[in-house]
Amino acid sequence: MTIHWNSLADFLAMGGYALYVWGSFGVTLLLLLLEPLLLSRQRRALLARLARQIEAERHERKTGAAGGEAP
Amino acid sequence: MPNWFKYSAPVAFYPLAGRMIPVFWALALLFGIPGLWLGLAVAPVDFQQGEAYRILFVHVGVAWMAMFIYLVMAFWAAIGLAFNTRLSGMMALALAPTGTLFAFLTLWTGALWGKPMWGAWWVWDARLTSSLILLFLYIGFIALTRAIDDPRRSDKAGAILLLVGVVNVPIIYFSVKWWNTLHQGASLSLAKGASISPLMLWSMLLCALALWMYTIAVALTRARLLILERERNTEWVRALLSPA
Repeated sequence: MTIHWNSLADFLAMGGYALYVWGSFGVTLLLLLLEPLLLSRQRRALLARLARQIEAERHERKTGAAGGEAP
Repeated sequence: MPNWFKYSAPVAFYPLAGRMIPVFWALALLFGIPGLWLGLAVAPVDFQQGEAYRILFVHVGVAWMAMFIYLVMAFWAAIGLAFNTRLSGMMALALAPTGTLFAFLTLWTGALWGKPMWGAWWVWDARLTSSLILLFLYIGFIALTRAIDDPRRSDKAGAILLLVGVVNVPIIYFSVKWWNTLHQGASLSLAKGASISPLMLWSMLLCALALWMYTIAVALTRARLLILERERNTEWVRALLSPA
């Protein structure tokens, strides 16, 4: 299990294929970090929206139908 | 024997999924870190492709997941059409964006591998073209289900698209055998075993397993959002969201 590379610069250079290798791993890792991040933002937004909806309905029940009912 | 059907009800599935998500995140790291370490730092250089072959460790995993997620979505589509379960449509919707992501990454990492090895980012080869069709199927599924407001009808239309498109998955998988393609043959096959060294094989499998665990964690998270959204007027969601 010895490390294949002689130096960090060696590792980063990837035998001249740095653009291709790091372009593959980099974009993959970036998107795999972005997706859960976006999901947690969506979750917060959804919870806030549902909480507002529940609050609005509660308020409506307390004060009588806000929009008024058709005569 | 536990009653598995119990978990097909959103009210039971929601908390179960919530407990499972951190487990799958932990497993993703547990497989992913050694997989990347072995693949990028320890594995020897390839005698034909030089260091560029390391793209294999990400490319194979994302390509497998792109195909596998589609099969799982088609499975849920069939269950949904057969048993009319609410959860199956949500599972397919929850997997679709992640499947799209992997289908895109398959083409992206493939292009970055193709350029130094074949001299071209893209060729209209059977393997590449059928992989591009897979990406279009994912995008088509998302567009179709979003265009229909009624959840039942949306799920049904999406399910039919998924089942029609599933024929593309074996075409992708066997394309390197059926046609004379530029793409190299399978790195791992049931009939012939692995065509790469054991260390490379382990790195590849660990990376693929990590992506698998990632997919489950993300899909469960998204399924929980869909459940909250669709069941927002039920008593159990109200009870869950109302401040005690």
